Amino acid sequence: MKVLMFGWEFPPFNMGGLGTACHGLTKGLCNQDIDVTFVLPKVVGNADITSSHVNLIVAENINIRSLKLRAVDSPICEYVDSASYSDAVRNCLEQSGKTSQGSVYGKNLFEEVRRFAEKCRLIAMHEDFDVIHAHDWMTYWAGKKAKEATGKPLVVHIHATEFDRTGDHPNQLIYDIEREGFHAADKIIAVSNLTRNRVIQHYGVHPDKVTVVHNAVEFTTPPPDAIKNDDKVVLFLGRITIQKGPEYFLHAAKKVLEVDDSVKFVVAGSGDMEPYIVELAANLGISRNVLFTGFLRGSDIDRAYRMASLYVMPSVSEPFGITPLEAMRNNTPCLISKNSGVSEVVSHCLKADFWDIDMMSNMMLATLNYKTLHQSLQENGKREVYSFNWNEPAAKCVSVYRDVLNRHYNNR
Amino acid sequence: MVSVCFYFQVHQPFRLRKYQVFDIGRNHDYFDEAKNRQIAEKVANKCYLPANRIILDLIKNTKGRFRCAYSITGVALEQFERYTPEVIESFKELAKTGCVEFLSETYYHSLSYIYSKEDFRRQVEMHKDKIKKLFSQTPTVFRNTELVFNNELANYVEGMGYKGIIAEGADHILGWRSPNFLYRAVTTKKIKVLLKNYKLSDDIAFRFSNKGWEEWPLTSEKFAQWVNSANGNGEVLNLFMDYETLGEHQWEDTGIFDFLKQLPWEILRHPDNDFVTPTEAIKRYDVRGEVDMHSFVSWADIERDLSAWIGNSMQKNALKELYQLESDVLSTGESKLIEDWRKLQTSDHFYYMCTKWFADGDVHRYFNPYDSPYDSFIAFMNILNDIVFRIRDIEPSACSGPKQKEADYNARKRAGRDYGENTAKDAGKDDDTSKYDGKDDDAGSYDSKTRAKATLSATGQGKGFLISETPSRLLAEKKR
Repeated sequence: MKVLMFGWEFPPFNMGGLGTACHGLTKGLCNQDIDVTFVLPKVVGNADITSSHVNLIVAENINIRSLKLRAVDSPICEYVDSASYSDAVRNCLEQSGKTSQGSVYGKNLFEEVRRFAEKCRLIAMHEDFDVIHAHDWMTYWAGKKAKEATGKPLVVHIHATEFDRTGDHPNQLIYDIEREGFHAADKIIAVSNLTRNRVIQHYGVHPDKVTVVHNAVEFTTPPPDAIKNDDKVVLFLGRITIQKGPEYFLHAAKKVLEVDDSVKFVVAGSGDMEPYIVELAANLGISRNVLFTGFLRGSDIDRAYRMASLYVMPSVSEPFGITPLEAMRNNTPCLISKNSGVSEVVSHCLKADFWDIDMMSNMMLATLNYKTLHQSLQENGKREVYSFNWNEPAAKCVSVYRDVLNRHYNNR
Repeated sequence: MVSVCFYFQVHQPFRLRKYQVFDIGRNHDYFDEAKNRQIAEKVANKCYLPANRIILDLIKNTKGRFRCAYSITGVALEQFERYTPEVIESFKELAKTGCVEFLSETYYHSLSYIYSKEDFRRQVEMHKDKIKKLFSQTPTVFRNTELVFNNELANYVEGMGYKGIIAEGADHILGWRSPNFLYRAVTTKKIKVLLKNYKLSDDIAFRFSNKGWEEWPLTSEKFAQWVNSANGNGEVLNLFMDYETLGEHQWEDTGIFDFLKQLPWEILRHPDNDFVTPTEAIKRYDVRGEVDMHSFVSWADIERDLSAWIGNSMQKNALKELYQLESDVLSTGESKLIEDWRKLQTSDHFYYMCTKWFADGDVHRYFNPYDSPYDSFIAFMNILNDIVFRIRDIEPSACSGPKQKEADYNARKRAGRDYGENTAKDAGKDDDTSKYDGKDDDAGSYDSKTRAKATLSATGQGKGFLISETPSRLLAEKKR
């Protein structure tokens, strides 16, 4: 079976979980003997783009005479995940004053998404494949165009809805594209039950059309060496946006510090809420114990996990959430929001409602003070995280492909 | 001749609420009143009341040829008294028939034998008193929590004067031998061991409604056939199970109650069969072999060992710390504190911390109040820290005598009523308060001191208060 896959990022050119997930999934599909052609908009610099397991096409490098390219001045200089994209766009909006959203978007991001769709339509006409698989809203137009041009069935994959990214204040245009994609699709794959419910609830999609395929994570390298550290450090790592719940982290920190003022709280990441969060720490009178590291990359991320006694993911809404798995791999116990896809599949971590400051700070203090708890979470968590692999989700995707193909040919 | 011996285990723990670090020193109320009431009422209606009714009818209609035994924990009885007194009444009615035997166990359904033989003995006495008070019977057969058993325990229990003891008929103990005879532990002289026939017991308790089981549906005729087939190679067939099997684990719509109603008649159809209680079995049959159980055996899980309660480091730490506090708790002489400490010994609290099959999504226990073993450990350890807080709060100095302690205790209570909201609440709840009032003359001299203390506890923890995973050490350090 051959799959034409549209994505927005692919490692090493990724900034978020979407690229990581696409990489893992395609690897799993490869193990199932599925041929994947992966199309992404462009790559930065002259990096080597050969990927061992997929046929990678970079739309930007394709010259098709019939396609006219318009030069656009885009605020996006790097291919980032959807959410950072919206952050960037939001910044752009703020800078340009309160102009109407449509015009600003039309000038950059949407233009780019539309251009990508147009190219993908042409690529689809030249490629040999059975099923189209599109990841998140930026590629839904691409998927739809490819389906219209070739008549092949379309599977759309939803990693995060606009509701997740914006804390239930969706941008209308993005919402419309998502909805359009869902309705154009033959089948929808959601990364968790949480996300599936959102798709059904907010986009008028029939429940039968949405299948849950939980993400996995694959760690082929051994975990890095432990950093010996007697300090009590609690870590937040993620974009500093409303979706990730950084303010709940600080409120819980405040409660912890009332009991034990030797605890350090580290906020790693950047985002539109950063100034507000720095100010909040000051207003709560806990600035002395809260450290901001800015955006971390590569081995710095692992180091941050390993220095922490506890990793906290207090997300307001997390369609899946891969960071707790990364923390567990680094031997760091986790406290995660119940409102996350990952909490549907992980057992050996602490779980709380993101708004339940008392419970979260209680769990933080317990993990910092009860060594057996800390150790049990470490040991069991590590065992659990290494049991994950992408073959299972890939197999579920394959059965979705079979399903749409069967229906496709029966209907003809 | 085959005698069928039914024994049903009745138990409900006092489940703990999600006690937080911030409750330490502020709130000494550990139990989830609402949840415990709700579960007691639910199980009473689904199991205890209808099943008791059926058993009573069977005893009457068979003119006493059907008989059985119960072991009801003290904490279950307490909850029935508080939430569903009609359950107590129906057990009393059963007791009056003379065909029902009540067994002996620890009042708190605890693992105390392993950690403190002294408290084990006290809890068994408490349970004995409770059974005597409610059902006018003095138990002569002992069953330990979760059928935890070994040679040493058999010897110890014999020393306490029991005639019989109940254990799991585990394969690795019996080998080729049948559980359908009475045995004697190698370390004992006379006490007889009744071994559970786990195959036939579990056919009812676990497999009854399993449609994938080749014997499904299990009819009373079929089961009676299996009982008959033991004739000639067995004397007493021990069917031991949780009473909640009837109506709660196996719901009414599985036909479990109809099965129960018909089974005794089917078994009695064979002229060689009858029913006995454990004490009757012991009187009638002789020991046919020896068992040698060096390590602990229980009736739990496939392993039939202690790993469900003492398997991981959280469980071990929690249990160790709990029992480390024994002498400090008991020496306060404060009944409410001692009672709370003992309720924490109920084995279920440690079962909830089990991580054995947790990742497979296996729900290890009906009515588990926690989402995860980690949550239960956190709540438990927080409570232990509060117990230590209370001990420290009560003890004005490590060397004070009992009389002074009592005086301090009363003064504190009065001070609490004046100043501390939480202390006042506790004092109000304690039934013993009134009898001390007014008769302690020397309390006054401690008043100012204890007043200050009460105020301190009322304001709560304050900055830098200690929480520890070894709370017992906080006490030891203080004494030094």
